[in-house]
Amino acid sequence: MRVFKELAIIVGILLFSYVIQQLTKMPVPAPVLGMIILLLSLLLGVVKLEDIELVSRFFLDHLTFLFVPSGVGLMVVWGIIKDQWIIIFLISLLTTILAMGITGITVQLIKGNKGGDK
Amino acid sequence: MTNYLDTPLFGIFLSLIAFQIGMYVNKRTKMAIFSPLVIALIIVISTLNFFHIDYEIFNKGGSIITFFLGPATVILAVPLYKQINRLKDSAVPILIGIIVGSSFSIISVIVLGKMFGLTEVVIKSLVPKATTTAISQELSAQIGGIPAITIAGTMVNGIFGNLMGVYIMKFFKIKDKEAVGVALGTTSHAVGTAKAMELGEVQGGMSSLSISIAGIVTVFLAPILIKLLMG
Repeated sequence: MRVFKELAIIVGILLFSYVIQQLTKMPVPAPVLGMIILLLSLLLGVVKLEDIELVSRFFLDHLTFLFVPSGVGLMVVWGIIKDQWIIIFLISLLTTILAMGITGITVQLIKGNKGGDK
Repeated sequence: MTNYLDTPLFGIFLSLIAFQIGMYVNKRTKMAIFSPLVIALIIVISTLNFFHIDYEIFNKGGSIITFFLGPATVILAVPLYKQINRLKDSAVPILIGIIVGSSFSIISVIVLGKMFGLTEVVIKSLVPKATTTAISQELSAQIGGIPAITIAGTMVNGIFGNLMGVYIMKFFKIKDKEAVGVALGTTSHAVGTAKAMELGEVQGGMSSLSISIAGIVTVFLAPILIKLLMG
């Protein structure tokens, strides 16, 4: 029985986010808006972790599977990227290295300046 | 043969089998490059190509699976909530690190993409790639990218970060445990977090916390930076 209530909470938040997104035309995807609303609800204690325990564990444990069909879509758009895929790949590698370095250096520098211990 | 497969059952069945095989191979090899998703994609795409089955037929079932990404993304608030007390001690460096890292990731993709002559739609598809797949592919559709390309870019970020993260940290002399965790989570999402968890509890927790925050930050920054740099 509990799983219906849990699903209703999640689907309800998502539906609410969808309506808000449609009304305000804000450039934030409805599911991300829903995630922010759920986070606030948890922080404010409106929703408790136990209220969504079963559903959240199920989805978090099996999240990666949900990307299979969208990923398969690569075969459809392959025509668009096939001449440039090596460049796309190299840019992806390079930006990953640089962004990772910059992120770490920033955190380390700011912590260092505040005299925090390592 | 295609006529008989014109039901959502086909796409769902093929996805399930392919992912199951992917999980099995991943468990056996324990290598980030053989992620269950990568293997599943290879199996599904090869199968469809071999039997000349259209993506549209597959996606009748596929779109049902994709639909559940919506609720799954909402639930990403749960791991964020569980880790949020880690922000107490050094919230400022962590948040600034995530904001700087996410901005840099977006800007570097746009600048390099333009420099090497990538088309606008491909650049937009790559902009959200550092964030977790649930968020990156939603954001991609929102800003005019192609989610399938975004997912490929997101996998590169995750897998490369997982494999090379330790060396990247060494190269940039990043030793602070929190800094290592934030860097991995911000740029390599959950796949990088798997490596962070191997490194230690602080690194893992920080990385996990950074995934969703980087996602939210990117969702708000991407449209602005695209307008500024590509408008």
